[in-house]
Amino acid sequence: MDLTLKVWRQKNREDKGGLETYKVTGISENSSFLEMLDVMNEHLIMEGTEPVAFDHDCREGICGSCSLYINGEAHGPDRKVTTCQLHMRMFEDGETIYVEPWRSASMPVVKDLIVDRSSFERIQQSGGFVSVNTSGNTQDANALPIPKMNADKAFDVAACIGCGACVATCKNSSAMLFVAAKVSQFAYLPQGQLERKQRVLNMVEQMDKEGFGNCTNTGACEVECPKSISIEYIAKMNREYLSASITSEN
Amino acid sequence: MSTKLSSSSVGRKVLMALSGFFLLFFLAQHFVINLFSVVSEDTFNEVSHFMGTNSLVQFVLQPVLLFGVLFHLGMGMYLESKNRAARPIKYALDKPSENSNWMSRNMLITGIMIMLFLGLHFYDFWLPEIKDKFIDGKWDDPTKYFPHLQHKFQDLTRVIIYCISFVFLGLHLSHGFQSAFQSAGFNHNKYTPLIKKLGTLYAILIPVGFVIIALFHYFTQL
Ligand code: HEM
Ligand code: SF4
Ligand code: FES
Repeated sequence: MDLTLKVWRQKNREDKGGLETYKVTGISENSSFLEMLDVMNEHLIMEGTEPVAFDHDCREGICGSCSLYINGEAHGPDRKVTTCQLHMRMFEDGETIYVEPWRSASMPVVKDLIVDRSSFERIQQSGGFVSVNTSGNTQDANALPIPKMNADKAFDVAACIGCGACVATCKNSSAMLFVAAKVSQFAYLPQGQLERKQRVLNMVEQMDKEGFGNCTNTGACEVECPKSISIEYIAKMNREYLSASITSEN
Repeated sequence: MSTKLSSSSVGRKVLMALSGFFLLFFLAQHFVINLFSVVSEDTFNEVSHFMGTNSLVQFVLQPVLLFGVLFHLGMGMYLESKNRAARPIKYALDKPSENSNWMSRNMLITGIMIMLFLGLHFYDFWLPEIKDKFIDGKWDDPTKYFPHLQHKFQDLTRVIIYCISFVFLGLHLSHGFQSAFQSAGFNHNKYTPLIKKLGTLYAILIPVGFVIIALFHYFTQL
């Protein structure tokens, strides 16, 4: 496959940046999008141009670091995949492909296609944990009875890899799907009850502080989420939040 | 830490949904009263006179309604401005229609069209009513409502503006109805599919009904 790429280039946080056009040739349609970018970068290095910086780690769809807004969609045109699992057969030979970083005030570009997702980490730190007894007598998790439905739901949301596609695709740059996943995975389990109220209050507060937008229920996030997390959990988070804020003492 | 509903994103969404529910309820009620105008002139006058003179309606429900509309409008604009600020740099290429529908992305546009319509609608019906009652002190004309309505719907331009506005209302509601449930935290495997169907039904039946009523009064006076 021969392709024309329009890639976002930006030296650093302060740089204004802009799209650059690169040609790549002889790409196998069985290669992944990241492998195609590797080929492009090798050409750039040989030409003496600085290669394009992009995030990646596991390359098997579990770490969530490969971001990229490809041809107007988070993680490109395929569904339920991250960019590392996106195959070039999803594109036509000769196609022009736009490759842009996530766009959100709360996830600023660091360099080229790499964005700073530490806002997600701060949200996690504000409440995405459970307290356990570390005295050495930790209870076997299987000793706790958990209804099958709750276990399934907790498992579904725990699949969130923190990739940020939900924020990137949302017209409001809202992080509610991510936060809903992190709130719900504990709300459904007995281990999460101790911090249940404070968790949702803190995580929503931190989300707001980071400047993410407000959900308008377009549902774009659940379509683009590589782990198919449903907006059903945003409603769950809203319920958790409502009951916690109504019953809180302050 | 603040736990006031109006100071968090989730809380504001819930308030938005509550004002949406209230407007949905009001609109259904308004629709039923308008239907009387097609069925019987006398009943329409009677109901309108009741609504126009009953103290509970006038001095409790009416201010609540006014507040509800202004709140919905103000909060909608406020949320939208925050949402825009959350993405200062746009994508060079974006394909939002791949993952969401037009109505859900353009609540502000359809909302503003409704607001413009409300301006005209207030000028047509609400201001004359207020003038009659609070400036001229006339509270006791139980037969004025139907002729006033007929008079307004003689004008073709007005009828057309009304009809177009109801299209925007329908678009707004086709997303808004089910969205309000979701915002309020109500999403359930068993009931949500039904709510979505009801929402579609509401968003078609009510605006189409209003259009039919407007056309009815225009054509019966030709
Ligand atoms: C005065 C003009 C209006 C404006 C400017 C307006 C604006 C908006 C906006 C921007 C939203 C999206 C907010 C969000 O999802 O966060 C919205 C939602 C909604 N609107 Fe309106 N609107 C107006 C009139 C109406 C009317 C007359 C009704 C009903 C009869 C209505 C019913 C709804 C409902 C049910 C929602 C969904 C609430 C939610 O998602 O939580 N709106 N409106
Ligand atoms: S909810 Fe889905 S799209 Fe959002 S961060 Fe988690 S895995 Fe990514
Ligand atoms: S590189 Fe880990 S998910 Fe793509």
